[in-house]
Amino acid sequence: MKSRMAYPYIVWLSMFIVLPLLLILYYGLTAVDGSFTLDNFQRFIDPIYLRVLWRSVELALLSTAICLVLGYPMAMIIAKTEIKRRNLMVLLFILPMWMNFLLRTYAWMTLLGRNGVINNILGWAGLPELNLLYNASAVVLGMVYNFLPFMVLPIYTVLSKMDQSYIEAAKDLGANNRKVFWKVIFPLSLPGVISGVTMVFMPAVSTFVIPRLLGGGQLMLIGNLVEQQFSYVGDWNFGSAISIVMMLFILISMALMTRFDKEQQGGVGLW
Amino acid sequence: MVKKWIERSYSGLIFVFLYAPILVLIIFSFNESRTRGNWGGFTLHWYADLFRDRQILSAFYYTLSIGVISAVVSTIVGTFAAVGIYNMRYLGQKTILNLNYLPVLNPDIVTGVALMTLFIFFNFRLGFLTLLLAHITFCIPYVILAVLPKLRQLDKNLAEAAMDLGAKPFYAFRKVVLPEITPGIITGALIAFTLSIDDFVISFFTTGSGVTNISITVFSMARRGVNPMINALSTIMFTTVLLLLLWINYRTNKEKEEDEDEKELQMYNVLGTAGDTLSDDDRV
Repeated sequence: MKSRMAYPYIVWLSMFIVLPLLLILYYGLTAVDGSFTLDNFQRFIDPIYLRVLWRSVELALLSTAICLVLGYPMAMIIAKTEIKRRNLMVLLFILPMWMNFLLRTYAWMTLLGRNGVINNILGWAGLPELNLLYNASAVVLGMVYNFLPFMVLPIYTVLSKMDQSYIEAAKDLGANNRKVFWKVIFPLSLPGVISGVTMVFMPAVSTFVIPRLLGGGQLMLIGNLVEQQFSYVGDWNFGSAISIVMMLFILISMALMTRFDKEQQGGVGLW
Repeated sequence: MVKKWIERSYSGLIFVFLYAPILVLIIFSFNESRTRGNWGGFTLHWYADLFRDRQILSAFYYTLSIGVISAVVSTIVGTFAAVGIYNMRYLGQKTILNLNYLPVLNPDIVTGVALMTLFIFFNFRLGFLTLLLAHITFCIPYVILAVLPKLRQLDKNLAEAAMDLGAKPFYAFRKVVLPEITPGIITGALIAFTLSIDDFVISFFTTGSGVTNISITVFSMARRGVNPMINALSTIMFTTVLLLLLWINYRTNKEKEEDEDEKELQMYNVLGTAGDTLSDDDRV
């Protein structure tokens, strides 16, 4: 009987979550005159757009890999620290996540710019000025900076809950540190790694702010393509088609990740 | 010993990486010189400019009012929804919860353009109202995810006992259930408020007619290059978020004393804001 209390939200959900997505689907599958067509998706197969898609995936994968390499040791260090300092370290990782995303990205403009702090320091040291801003490396740097906490926190959570007796058992049985890591710790931490990878990759592949501010607009990623179609070109049909591709891509990889995660734990997949 | 030293310096470096840009930003908000790299002496005049800038003041006003209204509305709708969902049968519960995850998992840009399409399709003028509707829409799911675990911890017999003793269902809800789930509701409201004042992507697509929030203003200013006024603005926002977070953390710690461990996981889940995955415990 109390399930009726959810009815207002069900109405809201249908109007503002389900209906908009159906509209996107409708626009993606129709031409400007409203007739059914697959042209919008066909247009996306053009090499120009596929290159954009590939570049987004490439940069997002690179940032994810860097986050994993930087983040895993950090998560291990936090998990080993004694409880009081550990909470502080976790808080320090959460804090930047709560700071406005744009400001965090903008902060790098002050550092990397032509008159920026780094170039000034180089200038004092008598070194030549570098072109740090407005290129692909700046974009990757921005992604790593923004999303590193998303990698560290889930891995840390898994590591801190890990049963230490497995590690002791492996050591008792004569495994050295390297072996303990690769055969025990890493496999057991996979669920954390998987959610970390998901949480970094997903926002990285769909962002349009980072390439716009740090890439200077010359570097077009798939998010910029969507933004451009809706804000400047006004081609909703093509924009919708790209959005659908992006959404499916993300939901499917998410489903695969969850399934993999579940299988690891020997459970049944949800999706 | 060497190992410990390596660990210390590694975490030190990571924290420098995380905080140096923010620190530089804050320091340069007090910099007299307009060319950012050089230190031209201490000044507060970027702050003074900030409070004289009409555009920024109006953005500030919109950010706050949208944040407060959407936090209040989404908390009310979300709390009722959570109670309803909790009492639903398995299939309905699973369907609604999966739909509820859509805005959480979908890239912001897709949610943004989808809502924009909806508003324009139905001839809504993009502006304050559409911005507000969009914010409420992406806040409710997080409120539900904050309240639902509290309901699961609740002893089902409590409400029934109250009703056996003659309380009407609504009275039992108000007197027995509500006090138990209040911590979840407050956490949900704080998350909704913070998400709302922090949002850029969805706001960018769903606003118009001169209504902008702080993030949009920063974006349009930053696109034209570095501007010391943004640094001043960042400093203010960073301090605000810091205070808010300390408060949330204080609250969660207080609760943690009551129900130890479980809370911790949940906290990260709700704290990871952008396109995050939530732990499987929360899924039905």
